[in-house]
Amino acid sequence: MLKKLRVALAWVFWIGITLLFLDFTGALHGYLGWMAKVQFLPALLALNVGVVVALVLLTLVFGRVYCSVICPLGVFQDGISWLGTHKSKKPYQYKKENKWLRYGVWAAFVICFIVGVQVVVTLLAPYSAYGRMVQNLLQPVYLWCNNLFAKLAERAGSYAFSNEEVWLTSLSSLIIAVVTLVVLVLLARKHGRTYCNAICPVGTTLSFFSRFAMFRPVIDTEKCKHCKACELHCKSQCIEITKDSAHIDYSRCVDCFNCLEECKFGALKYKYAWKKDFSPSAQNDKGRRAFMTGTAIAVGAAAFKSAEAAAQELAKKTDGGFADILPKQAPKRETPITPPGSMGARNFYRRCTGCQLCIAECPNNVLRPSSDFNRLMQPEMSFEKGYCRPECTRCSELCPAGAILPVTKETKTNFHIGTAGVNVNLCLEATGKSPCGKCAEVCPTGAIAMIQQGEHRRPAVAEEVCIGCGKCEYLCPVRPISAITINGREVHV
Amino acid sequence: MKRRDFIKISGAAALAAACGPKDARPASGMTNAEGPEQMLMRENPKNGDVISALGFGCMRWPMIKDANGKDVIDQEAVNEMVDYAIAHGINYFDTSPAYLQGQSEKAAGIALSRHPRSSYYIATKLSNFNDASPEASIQMYKDSFKQLQTDYFDYYLLHSIGRGGKDAFNKRYVDNGLLPFLLEEKKAGRIRNLGFSFHGAKHEFDYFMELFDSGEMIWDFVQIEMNYVDWTHADGVRNVNADYLYQELDKRGLPIVIMEPLLGGRLARVPESISRHMKEREPDKSVASWAFRFCATYPRVLCVLSGMTNMDPLWENCETFGHFKPLTEEELEFLEQMATQMMEYPLVNCTDCKYCMPCPWGIDIPGTFQHYNRSVTDGTYAQNSAQKDYAKLKKAYLVSYDRAVATVRQADHCISCGECLSHCPQSIAIPTQLKRIAKYIDDLKQDKL
Repeated sequence: MLKKLRVALAWVFWIGITLLFLDFTGALHGYLGWMAKVQFLPALLALNVGVVVALVLLTLVFGRVYCSVICPLGVFQDGISWLGTHKSKKPYQYKKENKWLRYGVWAAFVICFIVGVQVVVTLLAPYSAYGRMVQNLLQPVYLWCNNLFAKLAERAGSYAFSNEEVWLTSLSSLIIAVVTLVVLVLLARKHGRTYCNAICPVGTTLSFFSRFAMFRPVIDTEKCKHCKACELHCKSQCIEITKDSAHIDYSRCVDCFNCLEECKFGALKYKYAWKKDFSPSAQNDKGRRAFMTGTAIAVGAAAFKSAEAAAQELAKKTDGGFADILPKQAPKRETPITPPGSMGARNFYRRCTGCQLCIAECPNNVLRPSSDFNRLMQPEMSFEKGYCRPECTRCSELCPAGAILPVTKETKTNFHIGTAGVNVNLCLEATGKSPCGKCAEVCPTGAIAMIQQGEHRRPAVAEEVCIGCGKCEYLCPVRPISAITINGREVHV
Repeated sequence: MKRRDFIKISGAAALAAACGPKDARPASGMTNAEGPEQMLMRENPKNGDVISALGFGCMRWPMIKDANGKDVIDQEAVNEMVDYAIAHGINYFDTSPAYLQGQSEKAAGIALSRHPRSSYYIATKLSNFNDASPEASIQMYKDSFKQLQTDYFDYYLLHSIGRGGKDAFNKRYVDNGLLPFLLEEKKAGRIRNLGFSFHGAKHEFDYFMELFDSGEMIWDFVQIEMNYVDWTHADGVRNVNADYLYQELDKRGLPIVIMEPLLGGRLARVPESISRHMKEREPDKSVASWAFRFCATYPRVLCVLSGMTNMDPLWENCETFGHFKPLTEEELEFLEQMATQMMEYPLVNCTDCKYCMPCPWGIDIPGTFQHYNRSVTDGTYAQNSAQKDYAKLKKAYLVSYDRAVATVRQADHCISCGECLSHCPQSIAIPTQLKRIAKYIDDLKQDKL
């Protein structure tokens, strides 16, 4: 019964979170957004004390049910091992706790967390690792299916489905997602919850509490016949049954309740276990972290290679047809651009766990995972496919880690997330190639003015008025790299 | 196919019969109880050519993608349409070296050369818009023979003159010696009739009439834009009303060929309030038939061109002209009222001729206008955020826009370089209109309407 309840709840969370990552329409946010916000590491980064305390209490009371119900990566592994056990009926076997690996990784994680080596943090964060797999591997499939429906809808003259662009947001992120998936599948199939009990920093953190849990599966040594049925079905490989002893390592038990169902003798019960002495040790002083140093990457004023702007062949030949349009390329940005509400690159990259939920949701194709080593897998903004539209506040509504704080349509444009800069060598007007003035025309804050310089006009940006929305960069006709580009800011004001 | 109902033999039909449809091939089933289809024919008083009042415009033929993803004409479909057209009495085919990315003449040549040369009239044009040098212009002229697989043109036009008046005309046809060259060709019989197609203002048109009146230039025919909207509702600044053009040409006895009788299809799909009035009068006649009947009601009109894209309009038009009924005075009055109503819609005056294309910056200008016009005409565009069904209309507009025009080719990317302006026969202020539509869409996205 308990197992069924656990499995049912796990399904709810797992499907909910997966849908949250898949849904590009924003329709599910209101219903499912909270599932991301109760994830441990994002909540910790968001300084969401309520959630963190609740999760710790939950673990203290019921054990690591978090790992079997709430964590999508944990549930995902259960699914894999369930499929695995059906094929190769290889039972599990008790394994000794690999303390070196487990606490080594945990210590390394905590150090990286404090020092601000975000690559390690984002790589190991379980919820984020799962999110990345969905965003990078499953969402494209989902979108393709949607596009198939869109095609059918178009034929039927319906507007129920509309086409969504499927594009490779970041190769490195895709590769990491594939590697994560392969490693997890291999581990889960053969060794159950090894990842959760040897590598996952959240699992290890919760294990400090779960070993003192109020309720846990307890073996009644009187009834136990040492048949090993429970041990053979323990995905955590934490039940040790020998001829004369029976013992469970509660630091590793994830409360999957498999063992309860397997015991034919009623020797295993999930029950109140605080009869013995219990010394709560407050270890959850997860301190603040030092500021991330060295975010800024000195790139120098990398002279944009002016792969000659769009095919400038103005000679018309015949009527009809389209001029070719070169796809835009992202310029080098000295400081990455982060969304309104992130309060600046510093704050953003300190808090972001790289789950990429915001990337999966961004309707304007502005957010994508960074390929920069210091921010690997964490999102950054770029404007080749769209710009940060004034009416959209989706990423800020969703971020579970508090890396992007909620903004409204009204407050959004108060944030100065970046500043436009002009490359006069590429600018159509400044080089006399064509009249244009597009950037000045479309700037929503009126920060850009076309000024006369010598023979030609050129855009000039009022730095303090520019908010960095990227509209000018996106609509600049110069391709592949725009003549006006946005540079991010360490601190948004 | 549309239901064909028996109609009384009209005066025009009688005239057609009197002209003797020697080239016309009546529809199968002469004794059909519904009445045989008899293509309305007009005689060119200048030379006795008997021409179908419905001409086939070769500017809107269907395009398909070839193996390399390039747009090419669907030759098979063209052949089928041309065969049907000729079988139903259409004998005037109007093309140009510039149409359909330069592919129209060749496709017309392939389809027409399968029929005896004497069974149809070919009209093509000197479309030297971009390079008016004598070499390039003559090359273009000579290429047309090759493409159309013929050694003479029945009707040859100086393509789209008017805008820029005398200066532009001199640049394209006088200074480069083309006009004397073409007149020599006419003498040699390779051009049977020399005329021009016109887009522009009143004084610009007057110049060409002056040339005619002074005997400096003898035009054999003139092609003008005429329909019940342009009759008295041209903007008057850059374009002149068609009633003026018609009267001036009629006065001089010049045969008139009509282009844009449907305004690029806009008069085939009119706002619901207008189409209802039409249906109240003629429930079984198409909306487009009104526009065709309007043009062909005027006796000086030799031929009304229709750029038919597939068999459906071809069938429908053969029906309209096969059982032709001229409009009465009262009906002309009615169409004038409809035109007045239509002017109240914020439509862009685009006929989808694609002369503006390719935009050097990749904008799909006609695609954007067509989508916008269609939404306005169909009443499926959101007008303000408080209106009923606003969310639905908004979604429909945005989704259908993305379907009709690729994101990178949409109105917001226009940089107002103005390259298109000189190419538009309708004198649309293209960048201004694109900006208006881009703003509409931006407001729609932000719910600021």
